[in-house]
Amino acid sequence: MAESAPPPGPSSTPLPVITPTRIVCAILLAAPFVALLWVNSYAALTPAFIGIPFFYWYQLMWVVLSAVLTGISYLLIRREEAARKAQSAELTGDAR
Amino acid sequence: MIQAAGTHTDAVSLTVFVVFFLAVTVIGFFAARWRRADDALHLDEWGLGGRGFGTVVSWFLLGGDLYTAYTFIAVPALVYGVGAAGFYAVPYTIIAWPLVFLFLPRLWSVARSKGYVTLADFARGRYGSRYLALAVALTGILATMPYIALQLVGIQAVLDTMGVGGSSGFAKDLPLLIAFAVLAAYTYSSGLRAPALIAFVKDTLVYIVVIVAVIYIPIRLGGYGHIFHDAATALAQKNPATGKARGSLVSGPKAQWAYATLALGSAMALFMYPHSATGVLASKDRNTVRRNLAIMPAYSLMLGLLSLLGFMALSAGIGKGVKGYNAQLAVPQLFQQMFPSWFAGVAFAAIGIGALVPAAIMSIAAANLFTRNVYREFVRPAATPAQETRVAKIVSLVVKLGALGFVLGIDKQFSINLQLLGGIWILQTFPAIVGGLFGWGKHSSRWFHRWALLAGWAAGMAYGTYMAYGVTAAGKPHSHFGGSAANIPVIGQIGYIGVTAFVLNLAVAVVLTLVLRLAKTPDTPDETTPADYLLEDTPLAAPRTPEVAALP
Repeated sequence: MAESAPPPGPSSTPLPVITPTRIVCAILLAAPFVALLWVNSYAALTPAFIGIPFFYWYQLMWVVLSAVLTGISYLLIRREEAARKAQSAELTGDAR
Repeated sequence: MIQAAGTHTDAVSLTVFVVFFLAVTVIGFFAARWRRADDALHLDEWGLGGRGFGTVVSWFLLGGDLYTAYTFIAVPALVYGVGAAGFYAVPYTIIAWPLVFLFLPRLWSVARSKGYVTLADFARGRYGSRYLALAVALTGILATMPYIALQLVGIQAVLDTMGVGGSSGFAKDLPLLIAFAVLAAYTYSSGLRAPALIAFVKDTLVYIVVIVAVIYIPIRLGGYGHIFHDAATALAQKNPATGKARGSLVSGPKAQWAYATLALGSAMALFMYPHSATGVLASKDRNTVRRNLAIMPAYSLMLGLLSLLGFMALSAGIGKGVKGYNAQLAVPQLFQQMFPSWFAGVAFAAIGIGALVPAAIMSIAAANLFTRNVYREFVRPAATPAQETRVAKIVSLVVKLGALGFVLGIDKQFSINLQLLGGIWILQTFPAIVGGLFGWGKHSSRWFHRWALLAGWAAGMAYGTYMAYGVTAAGKPHSHFGGSAANIPVIGQIGYIGVTAFVLNLAVAVVLTLVLRLAKTPDTPDETTPADYLLEDTPLAAPRTPEVAALP
């Protein structure tokens, strides 16, 4: 997300646009795309789980995995945005 | 026995169905009083429920909105018909959430900051172009109309299975007409609050039915291993007309591009639909949007389990040996055959109410688009919020009548084809909307040029429609609009037409933007600022109706 950084102050270095948190989030959010759009990686009948062929239970498993990954991204981004906002407020002296 | 299904009316099922239907009707009218605002005549109230829905309400509203009755009927019906290829709906709903997680919070913020009610409002403000906004609005309305019609198809499948309605023309359609008149009346009076409240009932019922179905039906059918074994046998049968097998249990090498591109294209298109955007913009604050996107996958899990019902229907022998069997009836008939009457009634109510919620939201969203981006823009720029609301209410009725006409007057297959086409069309608004949500350079300014976006949109629409026209239905060599997958030029694989058209659209928009930049074509003002995209909650002194500046 190309969000603009807060205006640079003379005494403090603002958080850059690309931070480790954002890179981690990008990987977490990209993982389901790679896993599911690469259809050949899971186009198989076996191993089956309680009688459900691999093709189906693997994709159903990704529903849960993807939810967990998106949830972690949500928490990480929320934490960093709080830090960003605190810094922005400090720099501009504005509470909002 | 199964063939006879639908010819007699089951009194217990029908009674349960009618009781639920009456209950949601009461809720629908009561919703007008729920959280009523001082200024009830503002379009934000009727069309966005006052923009005040918290996490729980938004979650039910969005779920009720996106996972429609038609989804419940059509996804398992597709799995029933072709096997693995129909399961693409699952990866589609999985990747949709991380995808929209990237841009929906920004959309919510700018819409709240500038008072936008529709996606077309955003296109207008960001690019300063009423014609680009018109293109987005008309695409949205066109794509939504057949979608509403399909909700009726969903109700009809349930009514048919219950054997409701006489055999002659008018008496047969009467139950559907009644259901629709009631829906239209409470949408008119309560606006978005009605589907928001009814969604609680709908989703609760759906979750109960799905959980019971995926546990109870396999027990009766002898376990999942048995179900998939039966399904494999049924899918291996050759179609006498084409000589090809009906389907397969895993996606074969030749079908994988189509599988992946259908999943990706559908995920990208999901939040370009007006009704999805309406559901998001009605949220209370930015964090509500984010939190919801993180918990929406619960619905994907439900959809995944639901699609397994297609295999259960194959295993139970539903529709076996019936010539020209309507696969849409597979799930309702499976419920009828497997469940005791009273629970079949609950399941039918879940599907029926599942049609009412999205149909209401879709008609509200289409009405918002018409009112804001056609009526106020081109007919009466000085319209007051009260006039806007009045127009929107009337348009919501017109839209529903149009959908009803579709289902009753025209071949049902036509609305299904049009809905497939609608998906291809709506995807063509993606570059303008998502491209506009991200800023470029120091001032976070828009990158695309408005004319380039319009040209790309036109190219995508034309290509997509042309390609879809050339797709024949299986076994009917001279038919048109028979599906949404075709050969991808250059790559030489079969893929989703919407994605191919989108790539063309994007290429045209990028190249023309560069050309127009070089030619130093004058640009129109951008009314948004970088801060608008980061707004967390309602500004203290926000202008509720921003002044409409005249645009060229």
